Amino acid sequence: MHLSKSDSTSITNLQVFCYTSEEEEDEAQCNDALNTTVGKEKTADEEALKESAVCAESQDEEHVAPEDPQSFLGQWEDPEEDQTHPSVASFQSEPTRKKISFAQLVKEGRRFNIDLVSKLMFSRGSLVELLIKSNVSRYAEFKNVTRILTYHHGNVEQVPCSRADVFASRQLSVVEKRKLMRFLTSCMEETEEQQAYYSRPYLEFLHDQHLGDNLQHFLLHSIAMASPDTPTGEGLASTRHFLRCLGRYGNTPFLFPVYGLGEIPQCFCRMSAVFGGVYCLRHSVQCLIVDKDTNRCKAVVDSRGQRINCSHFVMEDGYLVGDRKKMDTSLRFLSRAVLITDASVLPGESDQQVSMVTVPSTDGSPTVRMVELCSSTMTCIPGTYLVHLTCQSVGSAHDDLSPVISRMFQTTKPDNHDQRPFVFWCLYFNMADGTALEVEGHDLPSNVYVCSGPDGNLGFERTIELAELIFKKMLPEEEFCPPAPNPEDIIYDGEPPSSTGGEEEQEGPADQEEQHEPEPLN
Amino acid sequence: QHGRVKVKTTAQQEEEKRKEREKKLKIYVAARDACFAKRKEEIFDDEALQLTQQLLSSNPDFATLWNYRREILLHLETVKDENEVQKIYEAELSFLESCLKVNPKSYGSWHHRGWVSARLPRPDWARELGLCDRCLSLDDRNFHCWDYRRMVVKVSGVSVEQELGFTDRLICSNFSNYSSWHYRSTLLPLLHPECPEQASPHLCEEQLLKEYELVQNAVFTDPNDQSAWFYYRWLLGRGMWAVVCHEQMLGGAEVHPICDLPPGTIHDTTNEHNLTVHWTEKHNHRECALYTGTVWHAGNKLSKHSFLQEHEMVLLLCRSELSVEKTSVLQSELLSINQLQELEPLNKWCLLTIILLMRALDPLGYEKETLAHFQTLKEVDPKRSAYYSDLCSKFMIENTILKMEYAEVRVFSISDQNLTTLCHLDQLLLVTHINLSSNRLQRLPPQFAMLQCLEVFEADNNSIKSLEGVYCLPKLEEISLKNNKISTLADLQPLASCPKLTHLDLRGNPITQTAGVESELAKLLPSVTDLQL
Repeated sequence: MHLSKSDSTSITNLQVFCYTSEEEEDEAQCNDALNTTVGKEKTADEEALKESAVCAESQDEEHVAPEDPQSFLGQWEDPEEDQTHPSVASFQSEPTRKKISFAQLVKEGRRFNIDLVSKLMFSRGSLVELLIKSNVSRYAEFKNVTRILTYHHGNVEQVPCSRADVFASRQLSVVEKRKLMRFLTSCMEETEEQQAYYSRPYLEFLHDQHLGDNLQHFLLHSIAMASPDTPTGEGLASTRHFLRCLGRYGNTPFLFPVYGLGEIPQCFCRMSAVFGGVYCLRHSVQCLIVDKDTNRCKAVVDSRGQRINCSHFVMEDGYLVGDRKKMDTSLRFLSRAVLITDASVLPGESDQQVSMVTVPSTDGSPTVRMVELCSSTMTCIPGTYLVHLTCQSVGSAHDDLSPVISRMFQTTKPDNHDQRPFVFWCLYFNMADGTALEVEGHDLPSNVYVCSGPDGNLGFERTIELAELIFKKMLPEEEFCPPAPNPEDIIYDGEPPSSTGGEEEQEGPADQEEQHEPEPLN
Repeated sequence: QHGRVKVKTTAQQEEEKRKEREKKLKIYVAARDACFAKRKEEIFDDEALQLTQQLLSSNPDFATLWNYRREILLHLETVKDENEVQKIYEAELSFLESCLKVNPKSYGSWHHRGWVSARLPRPDWARELGLCDRCLSLDDRNFHCWDYRRMVVKVSGVSVEQELGFTDRLICSNFSNYSSWHYRSTLLPLLHPECPEQASPHLCEEQLLKEYELVQNAVFTDPNDQSAWFYYRWLLGRGMWAVVCHEQMLGGAEVHPICDLPPGTIHDTTNEHNLTVHWTEKHNHRECALYTGTVWHAGNKLSKHSFLQEHEMVLLLCRSELSVEKTSVLQSELLSINQLQELEPLNKWCLLTIILLMRALDPLGYEKETLAHFQTLKEVDPKRSAYYSDLCSKFMIENTILKMEYAEVRVFSISDQNLTTLCHLDQLLLVTHINLSSNRLQRLPPQFAMLQCLEVFEADNNSIKSLEGVYCLPKLEEISLKNNKISTLADLQPLASCPKLTHLDLRGNPITQTAGVESELAKLLPSVTDLQL
């Protein structure tokens, strides 16, 4: 059975703009709108991040990488941002004014960690619980998202969500403070009043709580992160989730991994490697060898013609050849933009803020979620901010997001009277939204499993759920991500555990960044 | 099983841990004994320093060892030069930091740190403040740290402004913090006194308004949090009072009865306003000081001459709960707290504050509302209903005194008001007729004996069991105690000391059921001619 050479639909409409020119020569397009099929050969600079060939393979029956879906995320991280710049530079190489020139950005390229997926970890979400339970958390550090912002009446405002925030807020009247606190406390319990609204819009429920326009905006868009037509039941559920996550690690419900989201799959892989997982890097899988009698995949053949035996095979849906794929009619896309800016959208006392910004939809344009990362997250250099914008696609990423960007940022000549942050560099692209994928129902051998690419949700709930689902299918008897034992509790008799590497010798060169293949053997 | 990670079993782990513990204990005991032996021999060497350090880093609450350590350090001070001493003490400070990590509330460690900081030749106070900030960010209620910090601030002369900024920071991160609010209340009068020339416990109006805003943010955010309400009450002016008394005024005509008060009637509890009495001249009649003199409030003479004119005295008394004179300020405060009450109709702190505000503004005008709020308070906070009843009684008595003084009569009547306690009796010295009928009084306290002008006293339909305060009342002629709970002859004993008592009504009391009570009473109270049983 052959696999598709690359996932042809995951990244489309790639556009890069650089605004750090002296003259007003904006909209310098480099990688011009690539239409729906972006061949990786065409966009050499983006190749690394486009490679989403993931082949998880395991020989050992009992231990198959529970981290697989995590590792997909790893594909979306671009660890070599400096690769991107040179090609951009060829289009737009004029040195710039203001504090940071384009040349500097290129020079410092290694210090930018740009995730292709923009997500945050809910501090009581399933990813955090899993990281804690499995002890994988020891391999990473996290920063609190320090504030929740929203775009309201043409201004960026801070959303007071914790008790301390409400107390300190200057934009709320004392009566609003009381109403907000009261609502937040009361909505934790289910009441008959709520029941009556369950299927009606959440906005209607909020409206009938006499909260006022400000509070309704905060509660709907920033706390529930819902849209005006979200039903009350759903709105309340997400409000409660938000509130439950508050205060565990800080004043907002979110955590962000230092060095970016790409750290997460890496941590799981590292844990796996500690217990003998083997990774074959730069070996993409070309085809599967299937035993017709048992309808099981016996082995895979990699791009170099090497045969690797396996008992389970997990892959992303992009590798499915067309006729095997159960086509989902509602295939959705995300519009994404990544900016490097010179200032925060809401400058505060500290310049080291990590902000989650909600931009509600305006006349038909989609609701945009924005995450602004400061340099202490180690995703950008000091003096810059890395801004991720995400929304459900209506048109191309540029169509969907450039109106928001031009409203909230300056992209033309830096103007000192303009308070808005200036955009040095900007990337637009569309990517498939993994939410829509059907995991079941493909015409595949029984030990081949398909998982989706990243979904458009803010949290990791679906990813973890999917990972556990696939794991349980492979190994119904095993615990999912059990706590790793402490090193002092491991008994080393005879050979050290790392050398008992299973039946198959397939140690790949562990020096490249692609092809994570977690495989805990021991 | 091939290729699996083998993990020790729980029993194995337990066993290992037990062995580990035993080993540790052995080392610990040996080190402890070595320390004690060395101390006995008065050896103050580096080895002793190391031994104690070893022990204290695992158990920082070992006071004897800290003492020994101080002895060693004091000895080292005498033999080393200043730079070396500085180094030793700096090392001591970083060692202490590790002890505080073991137990952030270790008395021994904090005390030792204070001692070391004081002896350090070149102290680094900024570092100490930083340490306190770190500790308080981990636990903003660590009182050891607060104490130590106060010491550091005092010695290093941190400015009041900076300290106020510090409380701002703490309150912003979590306003449920009595320490911060209280600290604020001590800093603000220093920074923003009401009148710049004179130290006073009160704030200038501008700052006061800012504080009201701050504290309102807190009570609106979380009206169930006590700390902010307490601060609010402080702001509303529970300040100190000072009375300056002029002895020469004692001879005034109106104060004649005061000098003969029976002993014991005036003591600290009588005076509910914590007046500080300053005599300007010789002090003969201490008690009188309460009723004559000039009250200084926030540097202003409120009553120019004295308390001789009762009218002024009474006005002062009833306004003393809240010393803020700016009615407009209070009025707007009442407005916003009323707003909160609309949102939180059952919040007790809110109700209580409204009552206090109303009393400060217009005790008589708001009487009806006040009573209604008290009723709600008792319902929402039944555990403290007796407290609310007593407080309400106090306010009712104050109101009645006010009314009486406006009417310029010497008759004090407060019936059917659910009184549970009597207070402010010191304000009723000149009253001749008192009617306390149909209340819920259980006793007449000793202070009742202050009512030296009392002639007629009615207290029907109460639950009075004890009459201990009704004694030595020289002018008392008539007492009516119908339907009370007086049950024994001993209860009536105090009446025997009232020489002019002729009328006594005891109908409806248990005592009337006692056989031969009439003759006993005739014996006890020979002056009574009109006895009703």
